[in-house]
Amino acid sequence: MRIIARRLVLYALTAWVAISVNFLLPHLMPGDPIQTLIGKIQGQVTPQEIRAIRLSFGGGLDKSLLSQYFTYLAQLFHGNLGVSITLSSPVTTVLKTAVPWTIGLIGISTILSFLIGTVSGALLGWTRGSRLDSLIPTATFFQAIPYFFLATVMLLIFGSDLHLFPVLRAYSENLQPGWTWPFAASAFRYAELPVISIVLSSVAGWMLGMRNMMITVVAEDFVLMAVAMGLPKRKVVMAAARNAVLPSIANLSLAIGLVVSGALLVELVFSYPGVGDLLLNAVQNEDYPLIQGIFLVITLAVLAANLLADLVYLALDPRTRTESAA
Amino acid sequence: MKSIRFPRSPKVILGLCIVGFFLLLTIFGPYLAPFSPDNTSFAANLTPSAHHWFGTTSLGQDILSQTLVGARATIVVALIAGLVATMLSMVIGIAAGYIGGYTDDGLSMLSNVFLAIPGLPLLIVIDSYLPVNSRSNTLIIGLVISLTGWAWGARVIRAQTMSLRNRDFVEASRIIGEKRHRVMFFEVAPNLLPILASSLLFTVLYSIGAYVTLAYIGLTSSEVWNWGTMLFWAQTNNAPLSGEWYWFVPPGVCIALVGTGLALLNFGIDEFINPRLRAAGLSAKQRRQLGLPRRQRLGLTPVVRSVSKGVSTPRVTTTSVPT
Repeated sequence: MRIIARRLVLYALTAWVAISVNFLLPHLMPGDPIQTLIGKIQGQVTPQEIRAIRLSFGGGLDKSLLSQYFTYLAQLFHGNLGVSITLSSPVTTVLKTAVPWTIGLIGISTILSFLIGTVSGALLGWTRGSRLDSLIPTATFFQAIPYFFLATVMLLIFGSDLHLFPVLRAYSENLQPGWTWPFAASAFRYAELPVISIVLSSVAGWMLGMRNMMITVVAEDFVLMAVAMGLPKRKVVMAAARNAVLPSIANLSLAIGLVVSGALLVELVFSYPGVGDLLLNAVQNEDYPLIQGIFLVITLAVLAANLLADLVYLALDPRTRTESAA
Repeated sequence: MKSIRFPRSPKVILGLCIVGFFLLLTIFGPYLAPFSPDNTSFAANLTPSAHHWFGTTSLGQDILSQTLVGARATIVVALIAGLVATMLSMVIGIAAGYIGGYTDDGLSMLSNVFLAIPGLPLLIVIDSYLPVNSRSNTLIIGLVISLTGWAWGARVIRAQTMSLRNRDFVEASRIIGEKRHRVMFFEVAPNLLPILASSLLFTVLYSIGAYVTLAYIGLTSSEVWNWGTMLFWAQTNNAPLSGEWYWFVPPGVCIALVGTGLALLNFGIDEFINPRLRAAGLSAKQRRQLGLPRRQRLGLTPVVRSVSKGVSTPRVTTTSVPT
């Protein structure tokens, strides 16, 4: 349990750092961006909204930085992330509609890509030196392609030329969002191409990592022992793979951040109505409250996912358990 | 008997060629470009031809020239960010691993925090607050990217430093009274060279991705051509949906090729560090030449040892050692 406690402390600290960076950035940057922002939107939004934006940055500039920091924390605690300038509605409301799409898309594609990558990596590691090795340079190439570029190519080939997949939304225009079968089916169809492109971009990393680990594990004595005992090949591979997969799971929590970063841009290519698409609009319109709100939500979500991955690792690796019991 | 200093697998040679080619492009690209990348005087949306190898944009700019000119900014930013981040991770990693105690706790916590914060969203927030004129400054962008890219390297270097700090040669230099920073940077650091090299490759790879991504969402100045801005304009003008593949494919393929080259080089370093991977990295043909069994046998690790370095074909003997 000590390990969980340590991780919890780390994530709490990270969340605090992210929250503080979020506060400090607009205050430390040259050119006083907050004042510029408020000057720009004067007249476009109601005085109440300006007040809410001011409060979300920590209140008036006449107060000390520390008191502004506490105002900011209090506002954050009450769920006031400010008001989006372009959409002129509270940032929390805007995020509520976008976050479920992103979590669905990234969650499904990360799990798929981890499973496919690990299984194929285990096979590649077991059959090392065979023809299958020629897959490695291809996988390396796919790993090096930016997510959004692969997504663009997929969009061109399968969405625009071949018309195999619907693109540029998350569900058919004719349907109302809700818990109905036609809507779910439509959402599923529209998610296919984004999921495929995220999986294609991220699978190579898992595959190569697993292959290298597998090659190292296969040379261990216990694998030789398993073969000498005459166990069926399937069981030997399983025994080796179970040990080789541990570093992959340990890396899962680190990789989540990268996958999220990549997947946000995939949304953008497909105009998928998630956080990534929102972020692009916010950046292009210099909608600072929205940018900062998105940064916080993404960071907290990634931290939660990290914690989940740590718990899985703890459940799978008995060594960590005995250590914590001692 | 000389040992192989660097694995001569085709993967590594291919990687060297690709990386070398793009480094040359960084230096000479802008001089090779047939036109100015901003020149809008050509017909719009031309498909690739002898006159415009990669076609033109919908504004009538030559895409080949943009790709050639864009190589410099992209790779220079990535190199700055990669070098700075690797320096940071070296100093922090070695200090944490060698000094230990509270220093280690603090520095490890710091790198874990930076690892846990997703890099791209942080970069976007920082970059969106930068004044517009700093966004075109390669040095500033490079430094900002390096800030989000050092943590992983620091962690790996710390782990390796901890395994080195109690070796005899480090102990010896401590006993003869060498200063601490001297031991850290002249005794420990040289032995971390393969890991430092690998961490440099990875941070350069990461930085290319980060820079191109920032440019792609329009967060770098449009005055500086790089591969990301090309993709930005292609996306803004709906090139993928109107079938103008020649607009976004050249910069994308260049990014992917540089990345592949760096990753292939890294395979070489991996195989250099881990002999088990070295034998596994050989192709079936090399394996036959070296007299290794085609199928690897369990329980034996083939070790590749060179007798003398020939000019074209190194003579290599192999022995199988029990693992």
